[in-house]
Amino acid sequence: MSDQKTVTFPVEGAHVMMFARSIGDYNPAYHDPGNGEGNPMGAQVAPPTFPQAVAQFDPDYPLRIKDGEAWFGSGGTPSGVEGKPATSGGLHAEQHFEYTRPIRPGDVLTVRYSEGETWEKESRRAGKLTFTERLVDYYDQDGNHVCRARGVGVKTERPVDQG
Amino acid sequence: MKASEVSVGQTFEKVVVEDLKRTQLVMYSGTSGDYNPLHTDDLYCKEAAGYPGVFAHGMLTMGMTGTLVTDLFGAENVRKYGVRFTNQVWPGDTLTATATVQEIRDEDGQAMAEIGIETKNQDGKTVVLGSATGLLEG
Repeated sequence: MSDQKTVTFPVEGAHVMMFARSIGDYNPAYHDPGNGEGNPMGAQVAPPTFPQAVAQFDPDYPLRIKDGEAWFGSGGTPSGVEGKPATSGGLHAEQHFEYTRPIRPGDVLTVRYSEGETWEKESRRAGKLTFTERLVDYYDQDGNHVCRARGVGVKTERPVDQG
Repeated sequence: MKASEVSVGQTFEKVVVEDLKRTQLVMYSGTSGDYNPLHTDDLYCKEAAGYPGVFAHGMLTMGMTGTLVTDLFGAENVRKYGVRFTNQVWPGDTLTATATVQEIRDEDGQAMAEIGIETKNQDGKTVVLGSATGLLEG
């Protein structure tokens, strides 16, 4: 396992609110900084899957349009790149989070990525599957561990058969 | 969820989305930062990627399913949450998440519950399978 990189992830209340709305969760814990009253945590918290939004702060994240680079989504043509787009075969197979404490607005997280294992499997519905594991650790402004995310991505040989 | 009100084998069910809208996929792309056109760009899906149309981010399904987990424990009490994505989720899908209490244990004097989680679509097909652990309130 080799260390890949470190990203700084500032957690903002408005981002938490919009993230919660986007997963259909209107719990006041996610958008009311005054939610602290009677709540032992004392403030707005982030939903459990919010750590994934670090993608917004990752300068190399491939699934975002970047200045001066070709984007594989449609414009004048169905894809903005020639041939088969490199990322079209990538799907998410598994995701696991372990929390030391909840994430709150005001946290400035240091996020460290490391590569896990890679393995292959044959599938009837999508041909050869190549799985890649990635470990992501989140530390707070005091250097304390907040969360570990373990994601497994899969590249399929062909689009998943819907039959 | 209060320790006194929960027992092994107990189940909880929640419709986490009804008739999933494409707009919701756009909202999730915007907040998560995952702008993969597979989730928002029908033309790209059909004519470049070989899919029948846009489909939900796995993480959106995990997030929507997670609303059952946080309804039960409270977001600040969740200690673990993990899933496998077993089938794709499409616009128009209605998803029902079920949590089953599998274990209640004492960890350093605090009551913790482990729940199994399964989310199914309107055809009874499992789209997410996983588990979560959370602190129970006294």
